[in-house]
Parts: sequence; structure tokens; C-alpha cells
Amino acid sequence: MSAVVAKPRTTVAEATLDEQRRRVGQLWKAGLRYPRLLVFGAVIATLILVGVFAPLIAPYDPLQTAPSQVLTQPSPAHLLGTDNVGRDQFSRVVYGARISLGVAVIAVTIALSFGVCMGLAAGYVGGWTDQVLSRLVDAMLAFPGVLLAIAITSALGPSLRNAMIAVGIIQIPLYFRLARGQVLQVREHEFITAAAVIGASRFRILRRHIMPNIANPLIVAASISSSTSILALAALGFIGIGPQPPDPDWGSMINSASGALGRAPWLSFGPGLAIFLTVFSFSMLGDALRDALDPRLRIT
Amino acid sequence: MIPVAFLASVMLFLLLKLTPGDPVQVMLGERATAQNYEALRHDLGLDEPYPVQYLRWVGHVLEGDFGKSIRNGGPVKDEVLARLPATIQLGVAALIISIAIALPLGILSAVFRRSPVGFFATAFSQVGVAVPGFFLGLVLIYVFALSLRWFPPGSYTAFADDPGQWLRRLVLPALTLSLFGAATQTRFIRSGLLDTLHQDYIRTARAKGFGEASVILKHALRNALIPSVTLLGLQIGAILEGAFIVETVFAWPGIGRLAVDSLGARDYPIVQTVVLLAVFVFLLANLLVDIAYAYLDPRISYVRSRS
Repeated sequence: MSAVVAKPRTTVAEATLDEQRRRVGQLWKAGLRYPRLLVFGAVIATLILVGVFAPLIAPYDPLQTAPSQVLTQPSPAHLLGTDNVGRDQFSRVVYGARISLGVAVIAVTIALSFGVCMGLAAGYVGGWTDQVLSRLVDAMLAFPGVLLAIAITSALGPSLRNAMIAVGIIQIPLYFRLARGQVLQVREHEFITAAAVIGASRFRILRRHIMPNIANPLIVAASISSSTSILALAALGFIGIGPQPPDPDWGSMINSASGALGRAPWLSFGPGLAIFLTVFSFSMLGDALRDALDPRLRIT
Repeated sequence: MIPVAFLASVMLFLLLKLTPGDPVQVMLGERATAQNYEALRHDLGLDEPYPVQYLRWVGHVLEGDFGKSIRNGGPVKDEVLARLPATIQLGVAALIISIAIALPLGILSAVFRRSPVGFFATAFSQVGVAVPGFFLGLVLIYVFALSLRWFPPGSYTAFADDPGQWLRRLVLPALTLSLFGAATQTRFIRSGLLDTLHQDYIRTARAKGFGEASVILKHALRNALIPSVTLLGLQIGAILEGAFIVETVFAWPGIGRLAVDSLGARDYPIVQTVVLLAVFVFLLANLLVDIAYAYLDPRISYVRSRS
């Protein structure tokens, strides 16, 4: 036997990098074909920048009260007027982007990591694991989503952190079902059997062979569930069990604006439009991503 | 459904146990001594293991005993039952309005796909799901109640007292609550109908010489509506959670507002009972939807076929 010449093998790191480049390239091409992807992607990027650079954009401290300037009308000094304790509404809306987008990121991370791990385990291991996890998720789905969030938040105590956790938990079923369903489909393919035959471990098969195949639907779901997260958080904030005052949270800002509806009807417009714009953009981005990444799922 | 209901009830029970605040401490207040604290704890059965407490709780619930309100000490059941009719009226009205909007809009937008109607319907279904109910409610109150004065800004009048006033007060909250369902249903009806219109039997019906209206309304619509029936279950869930918000905005004395007020007052037995009731209604609605689904589409069977 002659010595086998060692071929330069691509390392795992290089392969992942290639994979990432391929994905970015795929997205870029898709962006040109699906202009909605670019438009709403840009809106989201702008919102994120607003959140990150809130201190530079906001003209006032969002918590600074001014008893002499309560419920003033929109003016060049206060673009959206001032609220019931004289805080600048525009600055509060700008800072609110931090809370809302931060919650979206954290809630989706919670839901995605728990949901996907549980879904992969249920779909790939099957048997009892599947039974137990699936019934658990069914039980969660027995609650209308926001009601479960309300129950969880009231149990843990009202605060921004607990609202985030609750909004994350209620979205676990979405990712669980997605991951489980995809695994059940993918694992029947021959390349999975082949990988098992050459001795790949379960974990390796899941990570290297199954995960890449379910990544696209997960990206779509993450975008859509960001919009759900922001709506749910706004609802919790509105009924007073989300972020606590004086945090500039869009939902609780609308709640306090509702008290002054007769005197200062413009107050609810800033946070209301901010919620709408963010939720709408995430859900449109999700639709566009679905069209681009997974044309089979396209909804007419 | 039974195992799901069981697990859901365990979840709710555990959430109840996690809830901060010691009920014994709350009930005794200043009079708490180590001795009567232990005595009351024992009387309430709170010193027993969780599984025993759980079974006792389920037993009480099945007997219709939902505990006592922390705020006024009255039975939770009475308070919730007193508020239930207002929520039912609001929910049913919202459901009717959403179907009344979605059905014609969905059909028109599928038939006249590339027309302004089609564009409007698509925009409506996309925008409608992104508008938070409380914001829409405030806008409607401002425009139609405070500015135009067409409707009162909120509150409730019983139908028996004054039917006209009842209807005037119902319109704005029901419209607000219906938006989400109307938007999602429009989309479902539209895509269902678009799918169906490509089927062979539709071509056959046209070839046989049926008029276009008859083809769409009699042949296509029946099958096209099947997916949106499944959506009804979810929609009822959305109405239940929306009731919490919309009732708060419009000062509507239903169970949602009761729960929100109780959250503020930390009256958790009431909150838990309302959530329990909502879960029950949601499960029941989904069960009925499954049954209706099998009835509407004979290809679907929940019994394994004997072949």
C-alpha cells in the first residue's frame, strides 16, 4: 500500500465560514429579487440604530420631569409634546425602541433555544421523549398566548425581566413544532442514514446535518415571532404588568396617554405608531424572507 | 383533549403556587401570630404536599368553588359570573363583525386579484395584524366619540335597560376587537379561494355553463372556507386575550377588565379563575372546530380507517 497523500482538508471553521458566505450571498441575491426584503430589512436596521444611538437622537432625558410643562402640544421643542409629568414624549419613544427591540431579541432567543432543542430532541429521539415534550407543548397551546404571558408574569411578579421571560416562554411551542416537524421530514433522508452508518454521533448528525436543513424556516419564524413578541410586550405594558414606570415602554406610555386622551390626544400617536411600524416591519420581513428562502411556502 | 386539559391545569396550579405573596399572611394581616398562622395554614390545607393540594383544588373547581376574592372576600365565582355576559356579548359581536368584513373582502380580493380591491384586501390583512388593539381603541374613541360624538366613549348599558344605548356602546369596542380576526380571516379566505379556483372541478363547472357567481359561491367557496374554519379556534383565542385589553380601554365591565383590575390589586384568585375560564373556552372552541372540520371535509378522519 502506498502512502496516502494527505489532501489539504477544509477545517470546520472554514466550512462554516463558507456556509455563512453562501448564506449571506443567498440573502443578498434574494434582496434584489424581493425588494420587500431590502425595504423592511432597512426599516428594522434603522429602528435598531435608533435604539442603539438613543442618547444621541433623543433631545431630552426620557425620565426628566418638568412640572411646569405638563401635557404641552407638539412643538419644535417637543416634537410629540410632553406627557402627564412633563417628560418629552419624543425622547421617550426613541428610548422605547431599546426596550421593545431588546425584548424581541431576548424573548426570541429564549423561545428559539428552548423550542429548537426540545423540538430536535422530540423529533430525533422519538418515543417517550417525544410523547412527554409534545404533550407539554400541547398544554401550553391550550392557553391563548397573551393570557399565558399574563399568568406567568403575574406569578413571577410584574417587571421588565419577567415580562421578557413570559413572552419568550409563550413562543416556545412555535419553534418546538417547527423543529420537530422538520426533523421528522429530514431524518428520513438517506444522507442521515449514511452519516449514522459511518459512525457520526447523534449530536453531530443533529448539528451538522439536520440543523442546516431547518435553518431557513427558523429564520422566517424568528422574524415573525419578533413581531409577536413586541405586540405581546406592549399588551403586558399596557395593562401594567410589563416594564414598570418610569421606564419608557411603548405599551405603558399608551396606557398613561389614555388617561389624558381628552386633553392631549396626540400623546398616544408616537408610541402607537412606533409599535405598529416595528410589528408591521418584522412581520413583512418575515413574509419576504419566507418568499426568498423557501418559495414552497409562499402564500398567495 | 383530556390529557391536555390535565396538563394545562397542572401548569395553572403551579403558576398559582409561584405567585408571590403568602395568602395566609394576607388574610391574617396584622393579627398574625405564629400560632394562628400555623392553624390557618392547616385549615386551608397549605401544609400538605403539592399533589394533595392540586387534587383538592381540582375537586373544588369541579364543584364550582373557585375560592374567595382577596379584595372583598366574596366568592370569585359570583364576581366572574356577574361579569361574564358583557364579555360574551362583546366577543360574539366581534366575531360577527370580523366575519362580515372578511368574507366579502376575501372573496372579492381573490376574484378581482389584480384590482384595487385585491390590493386593499392584502394591505388590510397585513396592516390589521400589526395594529395593537389598545392603540386602535384610543384612536376610535378620539375620532368617533370625542371629536365626532357619534358614539359614547365607553362604558356599558344592559340590553334590557336600553337596547339602542346598548348597541351604541357596543360598536366601538366590538370593532376594535374584531380587527385582528378580520385581517387574518381575509387572508385565509383569499388564499383558500385562490387555491380552489385552480382545481379541475372548477373548470368543469365553468365548462358546464354555470355562471361565474354560481361557480364561485356554490362550488369554490365551500372548499375554500375549510381552512378558515380552523382559524376560528385561534380567532376565539385572540378574542379572549383581546378582551383583556379592549375592555380596559372602553371601560367595558367584562371578565377581562375584572382580571386587569384584579392584577393591579393583586387579587390573584380572580385572575387565575378568569384565565382558567378562558383556557376552558379556548379548548372547547378548538374541539368544536376539529369536529366541524371533520364534518366539512370528509377526507379527514380522526378514527384510523379499517382497511
